[in-house]
Amino acid sequence: MPDNYFARYLPLLIHLVIVGIVACGMVLLSWLIGWRRPTRAKMAPYECGMAPIGDARERFSVKFYLVAMLFILFDVEAVFLYPWAIILRDLKMFGFWEMIVYIDIVLVGFFYIWKKGVLDWGEASMKRGGF
Amino acid sequence: MPQRSADYCGLQFIAFIKGKVLSLTTFIIVSVIKIAIVLFILLTAVAYTVWLERKVVGHMQNRWGPTRVGPFGLLQPAADGIKFLFKEDLTPPHVYKPLYIAAPIIAVVCALTSIAVIPFGNWVPVPGGGSTPLQITDINIGLLVILGITSIGVYGVALSGWSSNSKYSLLGGLRASAQMVSYEIALGLSLVGVLILSGSFSLREIVAAQSGHFWGFIPNWNIFRGCQFIAFFIYLMAAYAETNRIPFDLPEAETELVAGYHTEYSAMKFAMFFMAEYANMITVACLASLLFLGGWHGPLFGPQILQAILPVFWFVLRVFVFLFIYIWVRGTLPRFRYDQLMAFGWKFLLPLSIANLVVTALVVALRA
Repeated sequence: MPDNYFARYLPLLIHLVIVGIVACGMVLLSWLIGWRRPTRAKMAPYECGMAPIGDARERFSVKFYLVAMLFILFDVEAVFLYPWAIILRDLKMFGFWEMIVYIDIVLVGFFYIWKKGVLDWGEASMKRGGF
Repeated sequence: MPQRSADYCGLQFIAFIKGKVLSLTTFIIVSVIKIAIVLFILLTAVAYTVWLERKVVGHMQNRWGPTRVGPFGLLQPAADGIKFLFKEDLTPPHVYKPLYIAAPIIAVVCALTSIAVIPFGNWVPVPGGGSTPLQITDINIGLLVILGITSIGVYGVALSGWSSNSKYSLLGGLRASAQMVSYEIALGLSLVGVLILSGSFSLREIVAAQSGHFWGFIPNWNIFRGCQFIAFFIYLMAAYAETNRIPFDLPEAETELVAGYHTEYSAMKFAMFFMAEYANMITVACLASLLFLGGWHGPLFGPQILQAILPVFWFVLRVFVFLFIYIWVRGTLPRFRYDQLMAFGWKFLLPLSIANLVVTALVVALRA
């Protein structure tokens, strides 16, 4: 007999395995059934009929990295908020003030990046001459 | 209705079917049957959401939508599925093959897995005696599991964009991943208000906390009782962005990026990204009705058998309304510009969701 923890997560594991089989099966089936008659034009990267110049392994805007970094910071904030939200009823006002201090610290950082122009894309960012 | 207490995590869960302790083999067989039924319904729902979208958007644009295959074009999804299977399955030489093949699989697996923790209704009696929950597995951190799995879903999009080694795909993949991680924060923070009110991560308990009425007739749903309509609005916007739907469909903006991150895909691998997108739409709709609109609570009447079916009906009705709104919005709104999209997510939704959670926390802490 499985114990509680195991019994709860076992169906999830079975589900994951079945879904994995289904997904791989779809790819495999399409590979087996579908016919292939490759030509040079079909195999070239799609660029609306133009002859492709170079490949896509090029540099792209650093802003995407910034967004990824900010995501980690703020998602960690959200992760800290979750357990706090669950037990707030027991913590009462003490828990509320403690979390206000924490949120304020995060907000200071948030307004810093806002003023720094990290959240601006397009024209506003160009005018600033920043990223 | 299950009570909020420690013994809730007790023997019932081992038993799976309440009141009876099952052997490991029976337990696995029951789980597999449940999973098969849920997956079958989900995949059918995905196929017919596509049909519904084409039909509804067609009528909104003064066209008929699919009419040729079957009555009202009802067999169109089946025809499309067969067509996708028989299409040319090309793997261009310029792609990075392992990730190119893995990306659609990751997208579909993540999209179909999150349904595992979603409850569809109350416990229902089974013929052999006892009762079973209408849910594959009731995990006490169900909401966290869904958030985690959908976060991994970003990999499917990002990897497909990068591994295709095509400029359109790369742009689509970059846009999609930046957009999805940006709106995930607003989405995650908008749920904190609901968590404060219900005090649990278990979706079943969150729904249980929303039963009953106040002032005689207004249902105790989080959107009314907890005044979470702001959180609901944030959740809805973020959910549209997370599933790359109009008005946030920049990753696949067909007028500039051809098809975005799945430009280089063909046959079933191409279709799998659509399957993932629509399965995610359904999950998001389920979550919205569970967290904000009282799940399966609704008026119960009639004989015993009808009372058993009605909760599921109310739940499905809510999910359907959400899917319809999705399609309605698609037929109505134009697309955002990328800087508007980012500004909306970071400068409007994020501060708003923090304000919402602080106010909710203050009210709950004062009353506690």
